Amino acid sequence: MYEIRIHSRGGQGGVTAARLLALAAIRDGKYATACPFYGAERRGAPVVSYVRIDDRPIRVYSQIRHPDLVLVLDPSVMDVVDVLSGMKPGGRVLMNAGEPREMKGFPTFAVDLTGIALRENLVVAGSPILNTPVLGALAKMGIITMESAKMAIEEMFSDRRNVAAAEAAYRELVA
Amino acid sequence: MLTVATGNKAVAAAVKQACPSVVAAYPITPQTEIVEQIAEYVTSGELRSQYIPVESEHSAMAACIGASVTGARTFTATSSHGLHYMHEMVNWAAGARLPIVMANVNRALGPGWNIWAEHTDAFQERDTGWLQVYVGSVQEAYDATLMAFRIAEHESVLLPVMVNLDGFLLSHSMHPLETVEIGGFIPPLRLPHAIDTAHPMGYGTLTGPDQYFKLRWDIERSMRDSVGVIRETEDEFAKRFGRRYDAVEEYWCDDAEVVVVAMGTLGKEAEVAVDLLRKEGIPAGSMRIRWLRPFPRLDLSGRDVVVIDRDYSFGFGGVIARSLAATEGAKPFSVIAGLGGQEVTYDDIAGFVRSRRPGEEYWFGVMPDV
Repeated sequence: MYEIRIHSRGGQGGVTAARLLALAAIRDGKYATACPFYGAERRGAPVVSYVRIDDRPIRVYSQIRHPDLVLVLDPSVMDVVDVLSGMKPGGRVLMNAGEPREMKGFPTFAVDLTGIALRENLVVAGSPILNTPVLGALAKMGIITMESAKMAIEEMFSDRRNVAAAEAAYRELVA
Repeated sequence: MLTVATGNKAVAAAVKQACPSVVAAYPITPQTEIVEQIAEYVTSGELRSQYIPVESEHSAMAACIGASVTGARTFTATSSHGLHYMHEMVNWAAGARLPIVMANVNRALGPGWNIWAEHTDAFQERDTGWLQVYVGSVQEAYDATLMAFRIAEHESVLLPVMVNLDGFLLSHSMHPLETVEIGGFIPPLRLPHAIDTAHPMGYGTLTGPDQYFKLRWDIERSMRDSVGVIRETEDEFAKRFGRRYDAVEEYWCDDAEVVVVAMGTLGKEAEVAVDLLRKEGIPAGSMRIRWLRPFPRLDLSGRDVVVIDRDYSFGFGGVIARSLAATEGAKPFSVIAGLGGQEVTYDDIAGFVRSRRPGEEYWFGVMPDV
């Protein structure tokens, strides 16, 4: 089972990112579950969501304690949250940032999702959309296929710019 | 079609296909997205139902009762405090023999205020005459909702059915969902005692001590008959759609010397604990109770039993542990865990099994030394 923990802030689309990722994994023929962790959250507060991907039906409902991958949609949460908590040995980090930064020996990947969203004019209510482009980065990392990533995005959003943004993130991911 | 959906959306999708004539709901906390999604279906024309937004859960059930006595298929959904606000009408629906289907998202009761999973809310309605099923996945929430209409409306049952899904863990989690074309799986509702203006008669008027007990017995008779109807419906569902359900979902039980009994998502997580224990050489199995009413028989003889109750009856004990002591003569290790969404992992469940003390009660997180 492959376990992913997504760190974001309330309103940034972390829950939708989890859903898109699960849908893409299902389109790859795998089993997947996505689970937002609801606290007394509000817009702007750090939030966490979880995605599990497996070849067999998933029967685990408890929270992910030892992620294989940590996705940080908003690096500013790292000031208040230990995003590496419980990280599996060999686990990887994907950050919404221009350059990868040193994360205590865990391989770190970076892509400027915010920049891509602004460039593609993917902005809703003043906020850049991060959850569709991030699928391209996850495809590049081999978590899902790009074909399924596009399929998942098209199933949930009719605006073609979302797919273009995912393709850009696929091209621009740096390790 | 295979997609990904929350438990809320899965229930709404099943309701759309069952096509009730009337849906009544009170759209405020602790209500769920189930009725929100159904309202969207009605607005978009995908579901041709009369949608009645009422001013309270009591009125939601009252509206369902009023519609149901005319022979209309009806549905509502609620959760925790909402369920208890309609308690009087919940009793009435069963007493009036109305096959209403209701989804209940199992959540803790306040105070302390909490929106996470617990089964005490629906367990407090267990003596009302409703059939109650508890699901362990989003797929099962969909499947059980479809089956609920057919079971409730069967001429040998004619009792309301409550479909229970764990708050948050199923209501808000997204899982694969395979929807089906239901065809004629749910036959049209024919309510034998539907009111008819051409022949004005009613059911459930003032009934004296010389007759009342017969009505109560009739509920119990139908409850007993429902066991066969449930089995037949689950068989038919498996035949048509390929997914198999039973009153109790057994996992690795054939040679099990110790069995974990749990409900809802904890019953699924227990299967992972069983895998873990088997690897250690401990012959464990699990039984997930799906139907609380009618209460099923469990083959527990000669085995150690660990019961996890996500509920509690104060001054008495875990409801499932005590029930199995009564019905099966079990002396379970009674674990009280998961109240108000308390995190319980498969590692924790394996721990309950390894250090079981038959006959004792253990509150997870409160008492030391397991």
